[in-house]
Amino acid sequence: MDLSAINPVLLVASVMVSATPILLAAIGEMVVEKSGVLNLGVEGMMITGAVVGFAVAVNSTSPGLGFVAAALAGALLSLSFGFLTQYLLSNQVATGLGLTLVGLGLSSLIGKPYEGMKTATLPKLDIPVLSDLPVVGRMLFSHDIMVYLSLALVAAVWAFLKYTRAGLILRAVGESHDSAHALGYKVVRVRLLAILFGGACAGLGGAYLSLVRVPQWTEGITAGAGWIALAIVVFASWRAGRVAVGAYLFGGITVLQLNLQAAGAAVPVALLSASPYLITILVLVIISARGMHGAPASLGRPFHAST
Amino acid sequence: MIHLERRPQPSRLWTATTPLIAVVLTMIVGGTMFAALGTDPFEAIRTIFWDPLFNTQFAGFTRPQLLVKAGPLILIAIGLSIGFRAGIWNIGAEGQYIMGAICGAAAGLALYPSESPLIFPLMILAGGLGGWAWAAIPAVLKTRFGTNEILVSLMLVYVAENVLASVSSGLLRNPEGMGFPGSRNFKEWDAAHNAEIVAGTGMHWGVVFAFIAVIAAYVLLTRHIQGFNIRLTGEAPRAARFSGVNPARIIFLCLGISGALAGLAGLFEVTGPAGQISIDFNSGYGFTAIIVAFLGRLNPIGILLAGLLMALTYIGGELAQLMLGLPGASIQLFQGMLLFFLLATDVFTNYRVRFGRSEVA
Repeated sequence: MDLSAINPVLLVASVMVSATPILLAAIGEMVVEKSGVLNLGVEGMMITGAVVGFAVAVNSTSPGLGFVAAALAGALLSLSFGFLTQYLLSNQVATGLGLTLVGLGLSSLIGKPYEGMKTATLPKLDIPVLSDLPVVGRMLFSHDIMVYLSLALVAAVWAFLKYTRAGLILRAVGESHDSAHALGYKVVRVRLLAILFGGACAGLGGAYLSLVRVPQWTEGITAGAGWIALAIVVFASWRAGRVAVGAYLFGGITVLQLNLQAAGAAVPVALLSASPYLITILVLVIISARGMHGAPASLGRPFHAST
Repeated sequence: MIHLERRPQPSRLWTATTPLIAVVLTMIVGGTMFAALGTDPFEAIRTIFWDPLFNTQFAGFTRPQLLVKAGPLILIAIGLSIGFRAGIWNIGAEGQYIMGAICGAAAGLALYPSESPLIFPLMILAGGLGGWAWAAIPAVLKTRFGTNEILVSLMLVYVAENVLASVSSGLLRNPEGMGFPGSRNFKEWDAAHNAEIVAGTGMHWGVVFAFIAVIAAYVLLTRHIQGFNIRLTGEAPRAARFSGVNPARIIFLCLGISGALAGLAGLFEVTGPAGQISIDFNSGYGFTAIIVAFLGRLNPIGILLAGLLMALTYIGGELAQLMLGLPGASIQLFQGMLLFFLLATDVFTNYRVRFGRSEVA
């Protein structure tokens, strides 16, 4: 094994790229769960975002338009989840699973003609001055715009939940929907908006996979990234800052194991490929052994205003 | 204004009719989708639902497939439904299915080329144990540390897929296979072959086990105290605790049963229809079985019917792919939509729809 083949500068840079899709999906899902809704369909919305984003980017030769379309597709798909769980009061776990299955089917149906095609990807933004810094410039300041946008989104979500009135209402709805309802807040409307936001974020995350990270469309491109995003929300104890930490941690593991595979480490390939999933389980165990800190009290409970 | 009023008890009439309504709605929306893809919707629906059973030319070939595909679906869905009844969400049946197949096949291959009649029973045992052990991981983690079983069981699917990729080109690779990945073919080894019991019907041992599982689950849920405890845990967890039901035992029981049944399904698949351990012998039955469990209303008899219907869409989907050139993924979407419509129409089971102004209580 030749560890010197791993370049630390490139390693950090690629960690940021591989963390971004999970980060986008996880921060969206965190807002959804903060409002008291458990949407297990992240994987389905992500992969639909991936295929729609790719298809639009290929046809319009504009990756930016692809991202917009992916966010819309994710939101649209999440709307069906919202309608079922909020108006028809269906079981959230089952509906989320259904959403994933629908998303997987839909994506491979749409994606068939696009397999093996190439697309224009997002340009690297060279931030003046900063990107010319030695080492750090390459590492942190010469990425595409989505990397920075995803981090800005985390900050925005954090500030929204902590400092704005709307954020307070959203948290109130998630902690006790009955009290929030009694105070006159529109529980269903707040939750629908949160679900739409989560769907759009998952769509963006998926599009980042197919437009920047890979960049190609292959069936099953997300390979469980949506589920890892769900695990990261638990890992982060429903806090925006920790979601970012979690996503970068998992991005790091993914990149590291790929690098180790390439360097020919004396560890079975199957174990390395399975390591992100194994570590997710391990982290979940550690977090839950300490007790579930910060889960919204109404998470997963259906709301029905009796009269 | 339309508003919903909770029923004191779920409506039995609606419980029985919502799956049928969901199927009809799926046919309508699916037909529209087929039309959008440029296929005659009526012909597509007929190819999927009618031709596999009654077409004079090829129904003879496709009819036995019904049991071949329904067997594993029913077997897995029965296990899942018991857990879902208790509010335990094992969605990693696909992983348990793979591990059951690997363990069962490994137990058999270790004794190759023995022709002892005990080989196949041993493989069945090992297959069930393999699935059980894989499902015991989320059970232990949930009871010990309170870890969410949904995420753990699902993560283990990806781990199982990696194990499968590793053993099919490593440990279990056919030594006489010219270096190609994949194990020995069980169809060429009589002692371990899960052959058709009655020629031309598709009936193999997996189907027999599926029928036994249906009956056993029915007895468990309606006649046995553990079945009552399972249902109680799902419907009123607090009441279950007060009446002395041990939640950890229920978790082990439910995940154990569903894991073992999924493992058995994997073993019967790999020794029968699939023939060998190969990197892609699994065909997503573990996930489709979730739809089957819900479509069957988590009821053993319902699951039997739902499994047959879902098997029909598999076969019909393949036919439609062959004859009408419909993309294979469209049938996957079709199955997902079915679950969605079922969950949507379920509102009528638990709620009454009232028109007019709601009066203040």
